[in-house]
Amino acid sequence: MKLDIRYPIGFLFLTVGAILVVYGLASGPEIYAERSLGLNVNLWWGLALVAFGALMAGLAKRSASRGGGDS
Amino acid sequence: MQSIIHFGGIDYLIVAVYFVFVLGIGWKLKGAMKGSGDFLTSGRSIPAWVAALAFLSANLGAQEVIGMAASGAKYGMMTSHFYWVGAIPAMVFLGVFMMPFYYGSKARSVPEYLKLRFDEKTRGFNAFSFAVMTMFSSGISMYAMAKLMGLLLGWSFGSSIAISALIVLVYIFLGGLTSAIYNEVLQFFMIVFGFAPLVFLGLKDVGGWSGLMEKLRGVSTSQGFAPGAWGEAWSHMGSPSQNPLGVEWFGMVMGLGFVLSFGYWCTDFLVVQRALAAKTMTAARRTPLIASIPKMLIPFLVILPGMIAIALTHQASKGGAGGFVLPSKNGTYDYDLVIPYMLGHYFPTGMLGLGMTALMASFMSGMAGNVTAFNTVWTYDIYQAYIAKDKPDSHYLLVGRWTTVVGILLSIAAAYLAAAYNNIMDVLQLVFAFVNAPLFATFLLGMFWKRATGHGAFWGLVIGTAAAAVHHGLTIPHGALPGLKGGWLGAVQHVYPSEMAQNFWTAIWAWTSCFVATIAISLATPSQKTDAQLRGLVWSLTPHEDKGEVGTPFWKRVAPFGVLVLLLTVVLNIIFW
Repeated sequence: MKLDIRYPIGFLFLTVGAILVVYGLASGPEIYAERSLGLNVNLWWGLALVAFGALMAGLAKRSASRGGGDS
Repeated sequence: MQSIIHFGGIDYLIVAVYFVFVLGIGWKLKGAMKGSGDFLTSGRSIPAWVAALAFLSANLGAQEVIGMAASGAKYGMMTSHFYWVGAIPAMVFLGVFMMPFYYGSKARSVPEYLKLRFDEKTRGFNAFSFAVMTMFSSGISMYAMAKLMGLLLGWSFGSSIAISALIVLVYIFLGGLTSAIYNEVLQFFMIVFGFAPLVFLGLKDVGGWSGLMEKLRGVSTSQGFAPGAWGEAWSHMGSPSQNPLGVEWFGMVMGLGFVLSFGYWCTDFLVVQRALAAKTMTAARRTPLIASIPKMLIPFLVILPGMIAIALTHQASKGGAGGFVLPSKNGTYDYDLVIPYMLGHYFPTGMLGLGMTALMASFMSGMAGNVTAFNTVWTYDIYQAYIAKDKPDSHYLLVGRWTTVVGILLSIAAAYLAAAYNNIMDVLQLVFAFVNAPLFATFLLGMFWKRATGHGAFWGLVIGTAAAAVHHGLTIPHGALPGLKGGWLGAVQHVYPSEMAQNFWTAIWAWTSCFVATIAISLATPSQKTDAQLRGLVWSLTPHEDKGEVGTPFWKRVAPFGVLVLLLTVVLNIIFW
């Protein structure tokens, strides 16, 4: 494969996750208190996306350093 | 109606980030397009898990997502039959039994397989009808997106069309099928991550699973059904009058489970193309099987929101606290707005950007899937077969590339046609349904009966298509007027309790007519192909050992994997019985 798809997946969700985390921290409960049943969904889901993005990018990096073979 | 969604700067930022990645993938792949095979078949180089997610994603377009949520609201848990009776067994069949012929024959497309197995006219029939169909599907996708974005975000029709067309054009033009496949994988994760929190918040709001079931009992009884009709998949399938779908178990299992689902998953080049792009025979056979695992869980992502929405709507309309009321249209709820409405209801700015991006992504991959399939069929099965036969490969690469532009322009034309004459689109979709219904009979006989001939296949398809049209023209769903819904041949012979039941039985009639006609005509005409020519194309003349599987442990092989998938599906059906 010319391009390991896990890199773009990883970086996309790292970026989007980071945007959500920052916005979740910066915004007050007036954004989510009523709508999202009191849950700061930007913050928590942003963190989940960052974790997933890091996992994907990490897997891609590991297989690249092992000589590029994947699945 | 006020626009349903208020988009903030952060939301636009997330949409923009996504599109940068989409275009970036096309840009990165640009250099890898060396021959027509790289562009049109990914050079058969894709790992199984990537092909599997693309296979899944190509079907998980926005119409599917929106339509399944709408059905979840309208019919409840019975909608799961589209997955647990329909899709999964068909996907297993494709991987275990059919992929060896598709992949092993080196055919680059489904029509090309028909040419190898039968003859030129059978291929031509399939290639032309498929090419026309993909263009209209792509246009309908574009039209639906532009309409929805107008309703939700206030974007103008023209600018929605222009943006989506341009993005899809650029990434396919640059990276061909590989680019489309990679973006489908990206889109799969967007859908999962965009909708999972929606299901979570909805379930929390409705009082968890037990709260949902309790409220659905109210929905069922208020419409005159037994209390479990919305929450149980099988308990009310004894007769059509017991359930909102209006179908009994036999029509559902045969029509939906056998004819329609096997026809779609095993013969539609749009999905089969993804598996054909896999890098080895074993990878190609595993593609639909790997895809079937997440496919089992998709109902929780797309059907559940519909069930939650109708439960909360029912609660609110009864004057209960909490809940919301779905927007209505022509006196009933506008079920197609379940997903967009819930996104707007539960997601704050930020998450809203993610959810809407997921929706836009799935519209665009719906277009891209059609355009890439069109590229391949046009270039190999029409252009190379009938227009310019013996050109160097670089010529076909060029043709494939520029076909992308033509495909996008035709899609735009179809989108505007849909906007101007909604009825034309309905008629066309009906005609496509007639053409598709008998196809699986042709493939089944082609792959498992070596005596099936080209004349048998071609005339079988024609007769099956005609049978579908005649059946539709002579029957009508309860309460409908003659016309698009059926009965257009005059003298109505049978009234079905629902449109769904009529669709399923149209498919059953088409399939059976094609099956019988193909056998009869094949027996009456001489075989045109020798056994040597049919090697690798027909079951009895093909060695059954998959060389890639020699030495792999038993549980990693394709057939046991398929059995495991089927067992899991049975368990799901029993749990939600």
